[in-house]
Amino acid sequence: MPLHLKRLLLTGIVIISLFLLLKHALTPESFGQYGHYRGNSMNEIAALPIHFVGNNSCVSCHDTIVSMKSEGYHSDLSCEGCHGAGYKHVGDPKMEQLIKPDSREFCAKCHDINLARPEKAVTQKELKEHHSDQKCVKCHNPHQP
Amino acid sequence: MNPEFEHLYQALSKVDGFIYPNEIELSWSILIVLYPFITGLVAGAFILASLERVFNVKSLKPTYVIALLTSFAFLLVATMPLIFHLGQPLRAWEIMMTPHLTSAMAIFGFVYLWYLMIVLLLEIWFDYRYDLVLWARESKGIKKWMYKALALGSDDISPKSLKLDDKLGYIVTVIGIPSAFLLHGYVGFIFGSIKANPWWSTVMMPIIFLFSAMVSGIALVMVLYIVINHLRKQKIDMLCLDTIAKYLFYIIIIDFTMESLDQIHRIYEAEESFEIISLLISGHLNFTLLIMQVGLGMFLPLATLGIIQFYKPEEKLRKLIYFITGILVLIGIFFMRWNVVIGGQLFSKSFLGFTSFKLSLIGPEGFLMASIWLVVPFFILAFLLWLFPPWKKTPVEH
Repeated sequence: MPLHLKRLLLTGIVIISLFLLLKHALTPESFGQYGHYRGNSMNEIAALPIHFVGNNSCVSCHDTIVSMKSEGYHSDLSCEGCHGAGYKHVGDPKMEQLIKPDSREFCAKCHDINLARPEKAVTQKELKEHHSDQKCVKCHNPHQP
Repeated sequence: MNPEFEHLYQALSKVDGFIYPNEIELSWSILIVLYPFITGLVAGAFILASLERVFNVKSLKPTYVIALLTSFAFLLVATMPLIFHLGQPLRAWEIMMTPHLTSAMAIFGFVYLWYLMIVLLLEIWFDYRYDLVLWARESKGIKKWMYKALALGSDDISPKSLKLDDKLGYIVTVIGIPSAFLLHGYVGFIFGSIKANPWWSTVMMPIIFLFSAMVSGIALVMVLYIVINHLRKQKIDMLCLDTIAKYLFYIIIIDFTMESLDQIHRIYEAEESFEIISLLISGHLNFTLLIMQVGLGMFLPLATLGIIQFYKPEEKLRKLIYFITGILVLIGIFFMRWNVVIGGQLFSKSFLGFTSFKLSLIGPEGFLMASIWLVVPFFILAFLLWLFPPWKKTPVEH
């Protein structure tokens, strides 16, 4: 075999070996442990701090509001859906205050007219016309709208 | 108003009929249009080169090396629009390191690598090895070492080794033809296999993509051959140009027939998606499909090249006609990719409505970004032509 072909073959072998070495070095150790992903990611995700605490955590302090909400149209909604993740607030209720959204844009996320949203499931209003100069919460109590 | 909502309201105001919430904005934009366009140019240019090498069309010899280098320059950039579309370019290598065998895109990585490493690089290397050795002997300084390194340090240009090079180069080209078909057929397959989208999901898609790739690649090499010779103030080999135009004419006919067959099939089958697709063609794609793709990109070149097969005007005019026709064909094929990629996302999966698409000028998915990836291959080609000038090659008797 001529020299240049030997060197070509050698170059090919070097490139393939380099690729295999790279593949070995760059594939995470736990890859494929459970499926086509990094096995360790399961434990890493499980070890992350919990951000949402659930409605039951709210009842212990805000029982009147929770019971009011349970009788209204928003009974199915999670408290943290509007007020944000509550894990910090539960840990330190005085220092860590939750958000109280009261803008028209916030209500519009669900209640503005959207053809793709079933009218029967969510009340929808033309927000540009429906008392456009006032905040929704002035007339509607969000916990019992 | 919150700017996020403003954007949503603006997008919603352009929606027609009923669409699902996740269909308001297109997830694949102009960068994904460029991906099949550039890959098509690669495959098409290579197939033109193989016409000379394997099918012995000797009159195409002046464009053989230009076609190979064009194919190489565009192949180097073919994946860049995809990587930039991802928005996470540093994660791109994961597709190669941990490929998922059921992922069409992951397998494309290997189809691409096979074509780049085994087919194009090897064929160019075998073709240039003799010249690399000669240039290494003649050149000085850094260029000498560059040529020497590219020739893998070998100085062997004995007739025996050159004959072997020629034989191996031929074998690589023979392997290269199905590989070029595979490369672009595969891009068609990526779209054709999306069964949820009736505008894409057709078994004809790989074949249509393949023939349109050949059309665009041949047109590109034709235009480049005219431009390169114009810049070098060299006389164009008109027999070569006429032959390219003849092949371009034949392949456009096949491409046109294939695309028409696909449409006839759709019209006759008239599945439940037929109504929305007819509305798509007569409405949103009216300009890009009927005027740009079919009118300017197909009928006009077909008519012009068809007339030239029977009546040949004088050289200067013919050159101009070929140049304009080549550009029109390239524009037409670009819009063909546009109509597939963008068109397929304009109608709702409910078949009851449309969204709209407006190309932005700047931004990661804007016109300027796309222009960069369309221009870069020409700079790479200019560099390759400087480093490996085809006109300075020493002819070897094959």
